[in-house]
Amino acid sequence: MARTYEEINARIRKGEAVVLTADEMTELVASEGARAAARKVDVVTTGTFGPMCSTGAFVNFGHSDPPIKMAKVWLNDVPVCADLAAVDAYIGATALSETEGMAYGGAHVIEDLVAGKWIKMRSTAYGTDCYPRREIETLVNKDTLNQAYLFDPRNAYQNYACATNGSEHTIYTYMGTLLPRFGNATYCSAGQLSPLLNDPFYRTVGVGTRIFLGGGTGYVAWQGTQHKPTVERSGGGTPVGPAAALALIGDLKRMDTEFLRGARFHRYGVTMYVGVGIPIPVLDEEMAAYTGIADADIETIVFDYSQPTRARDPLRRVSYAELRSGKIELDGRKVPTAPLSSYRVARRIADVLKEWIKEGRFLLTAPVEPLPAEGGVQPLEIRDGEGI
Amino acid sequence: MAKKRLVLTFPPEVVERPVVALMVRDFDIITNILRAEIHEGEIGRMLVELEGNARKLKEGVAYLKDLGVQVEEAITDIELDEALCIECGACTAVCQPGALKIEPPDWGLTLDKDRCILCGFCVDACPLDIISVKF
Repeated sequence: MARTYEEINARIRKGEAVVLTADEMTELVASEGARAAARKVDVVTTGTFGPMCSTGAFVNFGHSDPPIKMAKVWLNDVPVCADLAAVDAYIGATALSETEGMAYGGAHVIEDLVAGKWIKMRSTAYGTDCYPRREIETLVNKDTLNQAYLFDPRNAYQNYACATNGSEHTIYTYMGTLLPRFGNATYCSAGQLSPLLNDPFYRTVGVGTRIFLGGGTGYVAWQGTQHKPTVERSGGGTPVGPAAALALIGDLKRMDTEFLRGARFHRYGVTMYVGVGIPIPVLDEEMAAYTGIADADIETIVFDYSQPTRARDPLRRVSYAELRSGKIELDGRKVPTAPLSSYRVARRIADVLKEWIKEGRFLLTAPVEPLPAEGGVQPLEIRDGEGI
Repeated sequence: MAKKRLVLTFPPEVVERPVVALMVRDFDIITNILRAEIHEGEIGRMLVELEGNARKLKEGVAYLKDLGVQVEEAITDIELDEALCIECGACTAVCQPGALKIEPPDWGLTLDKDRCILCGFCVDACPLDIISVKF
């Protein structure tokens, strides 16, 4: 049993496509097997809603009169990167407000733009013959901007580590507040519902794939930064810990704050919850088996985040079924677990995408170019210029 | 009998002294330590419930203050803005009594105020900053 993208899209256009969420597919494959599921199902929808620091948005403000070549720009007192053409800028999610600190940052600016709020914009410049103005202060919103598009250099991480804290002190990390003496453990993946865990070897997700992004449609632009497909894998093919990642792009003006929210992790900084949903075409029995993956078969590694090094000692392997049970065992003691990514919103994303496809509003795209299937991540070494 | 729920903050030089034990002994105060984070050489914090004769209770608290312990009334309630909540679960990570829970089948966040000891740890742990406290 095999089907093509064209055949699937023809069925979507006719309103005949059979679409299941990844949760539903897991149940179907468990009860009827991959072969039967492949015969029945055309598309499986996935979803994830987790914090991702590598998030941002490009904006174009339009030209003032007289015009300005903006050198420094602040939006609601958050510095943004304006080192582009005269009135282009990139709002980085993690930039902090110069007046409110960690309480407000680039991610909150992006959320406020999506919400349609007015944003205070301030800029300074050195002035040129063609751009004589040296400063400007005004208000902007998403309708006054010419373009506003989300561009995430890294998102939809294929699995992530589980974090705990073996020290005597509470530590504050991007994995949340970690209590001393293994007081808790946090994890951050939608597991069996997560996009790239349903296509572990990137057969269908690649450059150009149309996706759900922040409540609108978007595209996979490129491999994500720190894309690392060459890793240890579990029996079902899913990586044990962080592996592939995607660079994503989409029109911010069509997004919804239900699926794009600014956040701050206490004593760590600002980040952004970004809703991503990717449709996986069930091209054949192999894709049915991949999309039938269950939390019990997806594993990750627990690390002690109190070790201040990039090479922390792995404590143990755990499955997402164990993590979702609310407790894991570490050194004979029961440690409570907590998620950081919203499973409830992830399910809603998979449901919304399922409806879009069933209604014929969203067609599938074959990758223009596959993601690299091999490769690792290089560390940053401290070099002094000698012997290189 | 009077009852007080207090947050005690111990400066590093006081952390190593058994001040709470001495207060219990000298002022006959029933002390229930609900939460404590105390380490040698660092600022320590403790959420306690004190019960005893009203006058003795007042004297006991004054004794703590004299030793340099900062004494604050504990919060009386927490409020979660459900309309803004994304149900991520980050707050459940620090909720040791299990008042905040995120569980199957629907993975929605629930707050059981009967289990809440009003430690306030969830206020900082919430990435959306939508849990507030009342004094």
